[in-house]
Amino acid sequence: MTEFEPKIIAFVCNWCTYAGADLTGTSRIKYAQNVKIVRFPCTGRIDFMLLLKSFGEGADGIIVSGCHPNDCHYTSGNFHARRRWIMFRGLLDMLGIDVRRIQYSWVSAAEGAKWADIVNSTVNTIRELGPYTEYEKVAGYLEKEAKQ
Amino acid sequence: MNELIKKAVALLESDSVQVIIGYAEGTGTRTRAIFITRTADCENLIFDSRCVQNLAVYLTKSEIKKLGKPAIVAPIPVLRSILQLAVENQITENDLVVLGITPQSELVDFESFAAIEAFLSTHQIVIEEKYQETIREIKAMPVTERFAYWVKELEPCFKCYACRAACPLCYCTRCTVDNNQPQWISVASHPLGNLEWHIMRAMHLAGRCTDCEACYNACPMSIPIHLLTKNMLQDVTENFGTYGPSLDKLNTLSSFKPDDKESFIR
Amino acid sequence: MQTENYLIRKPSLEKLFNNLIGSGKTIFAPKAKGKLALFDNVKAYGEITEDYIVTANSAKSVVFPRTEKLFSYHKSKEKTEITDAANSSFPEVILWGTRPCDAAAFIPLTDTFNGDYKDIIFNSRREKVLLLSFSCNKSDDYCFCTSVNSGPGNTSGSDVLFTKLPGGDYLAEVMTPKGQLLVRESIDLFEPKPEEDKDRNLAVVANRFNQKEIQAKLQNLFENPVWDDKSRACLGCGSCAYVCPVCSCFDIQDEAHGNKGTHLRCWDSCGFGLFTLHTSGHNPRETQSARWRQRILHKFLYIPNKSKIAGCVGCGRCSRSCPADINILETLTSL
Repeated sequence: MTEFEPKIIAFVCNWCTYAGADLTGTSRIKYAQNVKIVRFPCTGRIDFMLLLKSFGEGADGIIVSGCHPNDCHYTSGNFHARRRWIMFRGLLDMLGIDVRRIQYSWVSAAEGAKWADIVNSTVNTIRELGPYTEYEKVAGYLEKEAKQ
Repeated sequence: MNELIKKAVALLESDSVQVIIGYAEGTGTRTRAIFITRTADCENLIFDSRCVQNLAVYLTKSEIKKLGKPAIVAPIPVLRSILQLAVENQITENDLVVLGITPQSELVDFESFAAIEAFLSTHQIVIEEKYQETIREIKAMPVTERFAYWVKELEPCFKCYACRAACPLCYCTRCTVDNNQPQWISVASHPLGNLEWHIMRAMHLAGRCTDCEACYNACPMSIPIHLLTKNMLQDVTENFGTYGPSLDKLNTLSSFKPDDKESFIR
Repeated sequence: MQTENYLIRKPSLEKLFNNLIGSGKTIFAPKAKGKLALFDNVKAYGEITEDYIVTANSAKSVVFPRTEKLFSYHKSKEKTEITDAANSSFPEVILWGTRPCDAAAFIPLTDTFNGDYKDIIFNSRREKVLLLSFSCNKSDDYCFCTSVNSGPGNTSGSDVLFTKLPGGDYLAEVMTPKGQLLVRESIDLFEPKPEEDKDRNLAVVANRFNQKEIQAKLQNLFENPVWDDKSRACLGCGSCAYVCPVCSCFDIQDEAHGNKGTHLRCWDSCGFGLFTLHTSGHNPRETQSARWRQRILHKFLYIPNKSKIAGCVGCGRCSRSCPADINILETLTSL
């Protein structure tokens, strides 16, 4: 059996974390290759449904990252996002969706090393948690039904 | 409720309003919403503990708006919804007359939305202990067990959207779930479709829900979806201070503080 | 076929259930959930509740699931592989504890799926369903089966109808060859038919209206204030249609994930504004009252005109479950 490779989706803002991830690359810092990055104008634009869609389409873990508080390109997008994440996280936890599979972070354009660290540690966490089979079972309901 | 009937008659006679939205006897022991446009029908108005439907839901329905300016019979849950609708600019003071009803079943006049807010400040939303206990029990389950619990609870949901239809705050003419470009939520009522629908519904009520339980009361399958919103209400209180609709405050998720606290962002 | 009548004693009924479970059959029966009873998959006799007038949900989902895959596809470079659900074999399902109204509902429902197009999937499912109904010994204000040619002891649609007799034993009326087969397999549990009069052990359901008269009235009632009047409190949910054992409207959905996907048939309701909304933005049924009218006309005019039977079996589920207490009987009797 091959070792489990976590599938991770990262939703990042254009101005800080995306630039930070760019810096990770230009700084030649090696980090885990499990992450697929989706760039957004701002963390305030990251709809919670996107996170659900990611799990629904087979992601094992999710990273959501943007500008540090007070550094938002649009002044307050990340503040709004933070409130939304606080509420969303509470709701997911109530529903038994494993909140350890979602890593939120602030990574600035100057924090290339921090981005590498966030990705590496998230990959490690998800590797320990294993594939998100509970959610897959729910999402793959129709397919399984066909086999019966 | 003779006083209520008298008041309703007076309002219609003076043409201050064109319709009274209130409660009347329904099938068997049930009560139902009634829309009175003639003084002769006012005697059908009742109010007692059986009157639990949240009438505020009708304030934003186009069919009811067409009847003219309404006066609405408003016990506490309805008052909360009215205030929240006012906060969200869905109704204005000139749009309606509020026939408030205190928990002691006394009629109370409100001159303004501010007066409603003042009244409600002495009737804060409290999550009943039995619900707090249930929420604690659910949260004490291991995460996979909790997930299985909810998948099972949501299983009977066939997506009739009664929860949405009965909620005074679900007034959007086009719901996210009705959109297909992009299709955020599967129309099908399979486990994923149901889960996503209920997460979306709850999230869109985050910091807005006034805990009237209309969603749960409307559910033909008795799915405890009100536990989700009650839990969120607790989260709002815990993270952002006490909660209740307030005219000079924006909704929880429409506002922020630079020093909002959390413990999970790295 | 000639109806066969038997007596089955209370303990034998449980044995019959166990025989069926033992032979690997899937059984759906009423299960208590809070104040409600819901048709659900049961594995043990003890799970079944007897304390219900009708279940909150109808039994139609065994033949017309709320989400049903019609076909699925898988695309690769070389070809597109399609799996047609019409070719699958559907499970044998026993409906235990349906009421006479539930059983009767299978007749108009089967009709709908066998118009110009014979729905293979529906029919394959229907063939595999065995209806073991139980007569009603109680009713409530919402029931009106007797007004739509049914009744608390009506046998139509059922394979076997059990009627509880004083003392707790049951009269078993075997209506179909399928029911006969079931009895033959457990013949030792059945005894010669009792002398007891069946009708004395049934609930009383008053006749509330004449269906033919309603049908005649509705011909000329398209524009009438009654629709506005009776639907004013309607919230526009689909609860009435989704608990209805006869309602059969559906919506076709495609769920695609990369190179594979499924083509689904999902329940829909004429109570939703979106049901008739055109792409242009025009909606021919613009108000809730027009939608309520459609519901009544469909059940009591259009279906009877076409199939000679009403599209309603008088179970009263829609009225019971309506969050705004809109009562179908009230609308019908006020026409």
